Amino acid sequence: MSVIYVLLAISIIIAVGFFIAFVLAVKKGQYDDSYTPSVRMLFEDELVKENSNKQIITNKD
Amino acid sequence: MGHKTCFHCGLDSESKTIIFDDKSFCCNGCKTVYEIFSINDLNCYYDLQEAPGATPIEIEGKYDFLDNEKIIEKLLDFNDNQTQIITLYIPHIHCSSCIWILENLNKLQSNIGASVVNFGKKTVRITFNSENYSLKNLVTMLCSIGYEPYISLEDFETGKKKIDRSLIYKLGVAGFAFGNVMFLSFPEYFQVEGFWLEQYKPVFRWLMFSFSLPVVFYSAQDYFISAYKGLRSKLLNIDVPIVLGVLVLFIRSTIEIIFDLGTGFFDSLTGLVFFLLIGKFFQNKTYAFLSFERDYKSYFPIGITRITSKGVEESVQVYDIKKGDRLIIRNEELIPVDCILIKGHARIDYSFVTGESEAVSKLSGDKLFAGGKQLDGIIEVDVLKTVEQSYLTQLWSNDVFKSDKENAFTSLTNSISKNFTIAILLIAIVATSYWLINDSTKALNVFTAVLIIACPCAIALSAPFTFGNLLRILGNKKFYLKNASVIEQLAKINTIIFDKTGTITANKETTISYDGAELSTTEERLLKNTLRGSNHPLSRALYNLLDKNDIITLDHYQEHIGKGIEANYQTEHIKVGSAQFVGHKTETLSLNTSVHISTNTDYKGKFIFYNAYRKGLSTLFNHLKRDYDLAILSGDNAGEKDNLTKLLPSKTKLLFKQKPEDKLEYIKYHQSEGAKVLMIGDGLNDAGALAQSNVGIAISENVNVFSPACDAILDASKFNQLYNYIKASKSAIKIIKWSFVLSFLYNVVGLYFAVTGQLAPVIAAILMPLSSISIVVFTTIATNYTGRHLE
Repeated sequence: MSVIYVLLAISIIIAVGFFIAFVLAVKKGQYDDSYTPSVRMLFEDELVKENSNKQIITNKD
Repeated sequence: MGHKTCFHCGLDSESKTIIFDDKSFCCNGCKTVYEIFSINDLNCYYDLQEAPGATPIEIEGKYDFLDNEKIIEKLLDFNDNQTQIITLYIPHIHCSSCIWILENLNKLQSNIGASVVNFGKKTVRITFNSENYSLKNLVTMLCSIGYEPYISLEDFETGKKKIDRSLIYKLGVAGFAFGNVMFLSFPEYFQVEGFWLEQYKPVFRWLMFSFSLPVVFYSAQDYFISAYKGLRSKLLNIDVPIVLGVLVLFIRSTIEIIFDLGTGFFDSLTGLVFFLLIGKFFQNKTYAFLSFERDYKSYFPIGITRITSKGVEESVQVYDIKKGDRLIIRNEELIPVDCILIKGHARIDYSFVTGESEAVSKLSGDKLFAGGKQLDGIIEVDVLKTVEQSYLTQLWSNDVFKSDKENAFTSLTNSISKNFTIAILLIAIVATSYWLINDSTKALNVFTAVLIIACPCAIALSAPFTFGNLLRILGNKKFYLKNASVIEQLAKINTIIFDKTGTITANKETTISYDGAELSTTEERLLKNTLRGSNHPLSRALYNLLDKNDIITLDHYQEHIGKGIEANYQTEHIKVGSAQFVGHKTETLSLNTSVHISTNTDYKGKFIFYNAYRKGLSTLFNHLKRDYDLAILSGDNAGEKDNLTKLLPSKTKLLFKQKPEDKLEYIKYHQSEGAKVLMIGDGLNDAGALAQSNVGIAISENVNVFSPACDAILDASKFNQLYNYIKASKSAIKIIKWSFVLSFLYNVVGLYFAVTGQLAPVIAAILMPLSSISIVVFTTIATNYTGRHLE
């Protein structure tokens, strides 16, 4: 008889879990910018070059 | 290889190509950026997008104000003594390469930690180690790779903005509840009589009840507030019947489950709120990278160089400038306060604040107004007034800037909802009284059912979806509207007023005509070579016009500032400049800018500079004249009057020498006579008029740079499409009216069930989403069809 209560409890806990995840995501600002991440994920991972003695010339001063 | 373009910025590099690493560049700046990137293994930048860069510009001294601790403190998002975080607005951000390079800044400079780009807002948030690397270093570095940040007085004021995310939360809550309630109400819809269902019914019902609580009291909050405000100002807005529906749904459902009369309408209730919020969310599309609320603050610099009494230069913030201070204004810098010129040669471009197209020369002792841009080297000035008291900024104390346009009118939906609400209440009362006589047990049932089914969900959705969709379509066509209500206002316009300088004329272009005796080849060659030496904008314009000639070395060349230039070559002598300078006495009264030429003391003639009008101007005006009253208000002199009368339809009113206040008053006067005014302008001098008008459109050649507060920003290249855009806004109104008709049909069906007392929850649950979705589909298809005809 009480199996329905168990099932209901489980379903609600899962649903509330997702809801909390949603609220946290909004709070962290994930919904503020819905465009940039879609571009960012398409960047190739670059090959990491070891010990290239690179010289930094960013400023002329 | 046919046409060569710069590998870095994509501009034409035909004329003076610099070849480096087998690639062509248009200038040394672009080449340097390429070098920086290639040395640091950042060549990926060029793989993602072709020619994504911008030419770095000279910024010497421009960011000296970033040495001032107080200014830095105001700009930073976060600061402990080691780490600083700043969000910078960079107008150049435009493609994936930009995102990539800005998020890889740490490879260029080890003191930079993370950097995150927000593409929509065109900002980058940079974390850096402030012990070894100052904010000024960071900004100069960004400039050196062509990503100059835009820092203005506005950044100083606003501080840390708070983002309003409440709509997303509300939508989330409503969606969450809707899904769960739907799920819980299924068992009873597919009702099979039986022990099992009877046993668990109360649990399901009370669960649904608890899910609907946050929807009614949190998600639907705004509708309650708006309805209350409407009622208080004796206005039956669309939110009144919505709130009535929500309340009746909630109360009747609660009573039903308490007394075990039925399942209630919780699924319809949550679904209704969810759909309404989606509509709101859709309509709220905003252009994060554009600002429609700008005033002079986002145009003004944040810091300026002051000379102390001891003769030392120091950076101060603009608000700290006091009367009597001595300031240095560099080339291309903006004068932030009213002041007196002390030293140096001032050539001030006031086009943005007054609409005058010509830069004016000033001598020491002359008064300079805030908002002008210095074009000719360094000047020193004495301050007369502080920023807030300056002539230009005082315009903003006008009341127009305080009133909120949006609340000043009742929208189409609200005007319909007034009749709608009254009609629904009448139907409810008639039906209830009928049942009171015939079967009084059903009376209350019917009364509530009418209010539930008539809840104008579909009506409330048709405007947001039509406007929201058109807003997106127009945005793709580079016509950016502040919000959806602008479309409705635009459709009602009957008078259109244009500004001249920068609005119907193009900013960068002039047409030049020559009037006088023909020049011989030698004279022409001499003229060309004389102009070559001068940096005066008129000289540059004229130089570009003349045919290419051999380069000769002049024997003698002298520039008389504010008057003209003279040069000698062998026996030839030439003077180029003002009429007085070349010795031309019989100057006919002409208001146009002209450059006079004389050779060997003979007066030859003059080059006259005309404003170049935007493409399609005549056609546009001829289209518009059929339906609208047209006028041009110019801050400039009447020099172009003849030209304009020829170009434009005869009934166009032309008014010249209009001060910003005059423009505002002109619009106010016409509005008091019942005109609905559309103002189209571009500069700060139009700001008052744009705010006063029913719809203010700012024309902009580059939408990323400053434009004054307005309702819409139109890209200058689309100026000739204006007529079509107004037509589209009219079609939008038609679409909405048709969708009203459609939703009334649904209401008639629903009302049949309601007044006959047969409204079961399942019918409501089907009818409400069905009507809403079909309205959304109809408006979307119709607006897309309208949008297809736009260019």
